[in-house]
Amino acid sequence: MSLLFFYSLRNLFTRRLTTFLTASGMALVVFVFASILMLAQGLENTLVETGSYDNAVVIRRSSVSEVQSGVERLQAAIVETLPEVALGPRGRPLLVKELVVLITMEKRQSGSPANVVIRGISEDSFLLRPQVTMSVGRTPRPGSSEIIIGRSIEKGFEGADLGKSLFFAMRSWTVVGVFDAGSTGFSSEIWGDVDQLMQAFRRPVYSSLLFRLRESSDFEQVKDRIERDPRLTLEAKRETTYYKDQSEMMAKFLRILGFSLTIVFSVGAIVGGMITMYASVANRTREIGTLRALGFRRKSILIAFLMESLFLGLLGGIAGLFFASFLQFFTVSTTNFQTFSELAFSFSLDVSITLKAVAFALGMGLLGGILPAIRASGMEIVDALREA
Amino acid sequence: MLLRLVFRNVLRHKLRTALTLCGICVAILSFGLLRTVISAWYAGVEASSANRLITRNSISLIFPLPFSYLERIRGVEGVKTVSCGNWFGGIYIEEKNFFANFAVEPRTYLELYSEYLLPEDQKQAFLRDRRACIVGRKLAKRFDWTVGDLITLRGTIFPGNWEFVLRGIYSGRDHRVDESQFFFHWDYLNETLKKTEPLRADQVGIYILNVANPEHAAETGARVDRVFKNSYAETLTETEKSFQLGFVALTEAILLVIQLVSFVVIVIIMAVAANSMSMSVRERLGEYAVFKTLGFGGAYLGMLILGESLLMAVVGGTGGVLLTFPAARVFLNYLGDYFPIFLVTRQTVIFQGLAALAVGVAAAALPTWRAVRVPIIQALGRIG
Repeated sequence: MSLLFFYSLRNLFTRRLTTFLTASGMALVVFVFASILMLAQGLENTLVETGSYDNAVVIRRSSVSEVQSGVERLQAAIVETLPEVALGPRGRPLLVKELVVLITMEKRQSGSPANVVIRGISEDSFLLRPQVTMSVGRTPRPGSSEIIIGRSIEKGFEGADLGKSLFFAMRSWTVVGVFDAGSTGFSSEIWGDVDQLMQAFRRPVYSSLLFRLRESSDFEQVKDRIERDPRLTLEAKRETTYYKDQSEMMAKFLRILGFSLTIVFSVGAIVGGMITMYASVANRTREIGTLRALGFRRKSILIAFLMESLFLGLLGGIAGLFFASFLQFFTVSTTNFQTFSELAFSFSLDVSITLKAVAFALGMGLLGGILPAIRASGMEIVDALREA
Repeated sequence: MLLRLVFRNVLRHKLRTALTLCGICVAILSFGLLRTVISAWYAGVEASSANRLITRNSISLIFPLPFSYLERIRGVEGVKTVSCGNWFGGIYIEEKNFFANFAVEPRTYLELYSEYLLPEDQKQAFLRDRRACIVGRKLAKRFDWTVGDLITLRGTIFPGNWEFVLRGIYSGRDHRVDESQFFFHWDYLNETLKKTEPLRADQVGIYILNVANPEHAAETGARVDRVFKNSYAETLTETEKSFQLGFVALTEAILLVIQLVSFVVIVIIMAVAANSMSMSVRERLGEYAVFKTLGFGGAYLGMLILGESLLMAVVGGTGGVLLTFPAARVFLNYLGDYFPIFLVTRQTVIFQGLAALAVGVAAAALPTWRAVRVPIIQALGRIG
């Protein structure tokens, strides 16, 4: 058996150009397959990490996102007094009333416009979002025209630098800090004092409320209480659910795109593999005859050729993954049409994607090799040996 | 003689030729579909008119402008007609039934968008009834709506359930017009808001204006913006085209990926075709040596190989181009919600043809070089 193993390997080596072309075709397919999976995974990571399970978001009923939502001050005050809201360090309810609006900014490289989220925050906003830390500078002083910017904003947008100021809503706002929110959606936001921003944008209502649950299991109860209260026209969602719902359309689009591309590409690669394997069977008819005459079984021949094709697939798979792994250094920044605002996320490679990609590559090898291998194993010894 | 040899060679390995043709066909087909997706992205830009300008709040599109600007814009020199509208963002039954719906000032809007063709009686019925709406032909077909139907939308930006009576179904003057939109009276929205949320009444999302002469579009836009400079709602006026391009720019990262992928698919098929050619050439090296011995030059061999490769590329490519049209129709059935307009353009077909030729030439390059360079003795002495 080991003889056949080396026979397959050395054959690939002997026909280097063909092996290289076939494997690189497969490598490209695996590259595309892996990169789409990585992108979808990256998007999911970003949105799952953005929310925390113990927090609840309150927005106006059926408004889908914070941007469309509006919560009046009176209603906000009612929610603040609910018993399910956890208490903060100073004995005050751990609830923040925030403003979310969009402004148009220009991207650094292309200069094309994008909608950036401006979030009006108060001090407790940081307590509710432990994943957000200041990387440079300080937090904005309450009551001042100071803002802090997320890391993706600093990297991607024109004029967003520490110490400089941005002009919007007829005021100029000084950037006093840059915050790091890991791979979460907050990295693509600009934060400032909520009361100042509400004044400047002339918005008399908040956009959303965010609070920590006293007990995580209280959620259903508080949701019920908020949605049944005739004074409130609001709805509550767990923060994790809220962010997941927001990316549904984009995730679906990526899935459809990835799925159809992978199918089309794999057809190409399987055809390529089949051509190679058929040729490699046809060229070696006499060798196959000899092997059979030496006493190798039909089954062994079948396995030898299948193995060759699987090697080919594996080679392509490893090469494809190798190149795809470099994608992790890239960040994609695009508009999420559900929120109409900019969201940055990166490619992320994990074990399950690696396994899927390798399995996919082997599957392509198998499909490409099975028919030629059956032909090889089905040959009659005498005919095969007589073949010129 | 050359042509006969080429044809014979193509038919020598029927299975391999069939597989290669199938590969090229699929690649050209998917290249065409991807290019069509890209042009579908630009459908809004294509449909925009050089005469129309859009005025919006300079902070961003989500901030409204006061309704009182209407008369002031009308007074600006060069402006002919002004209409206004709001993105309504209503949901029909559930979220996945997404379509664009706008509250517009109906009389002026239909005047500005003369490419929306509406029968005269339906137009009059629409203008007379404040609760009336009109929809595009495709949208009506999608939900099986007929004139006279009651339609309820759930508001996401403007809370509540909103009821409309369908008074007309418009069709586009040409294939570039989006026939999947929903329009209703801005007055209906505004009068309801006055009762429910008076603070939000008398606000407009965008103003649409047209100018008599497109050459003066830019300066008219600047003139409009100057009127509202330093007011608390400053405006940004741009041509409809650049307004639409702004939307395309929002998703340019995804667009870039699709563009990239459409080229990758061609590279993959180049590898497949080159592989198949190089195998054919390797098997025939002995024959090529005989040709050389008989006195045929390298150019002749090159033509032989290139001819074979091009023949396959052209046949496979033609198949791919022909299949693009039915495939696009199937695609539209599934993705009609994302792309209201999905048409294979002439440019796409030309690109497909060029891509097929490139595949043919590239696939022949390496094998030709090998066949020309190999010494006769070595080629004759070689075993399969």
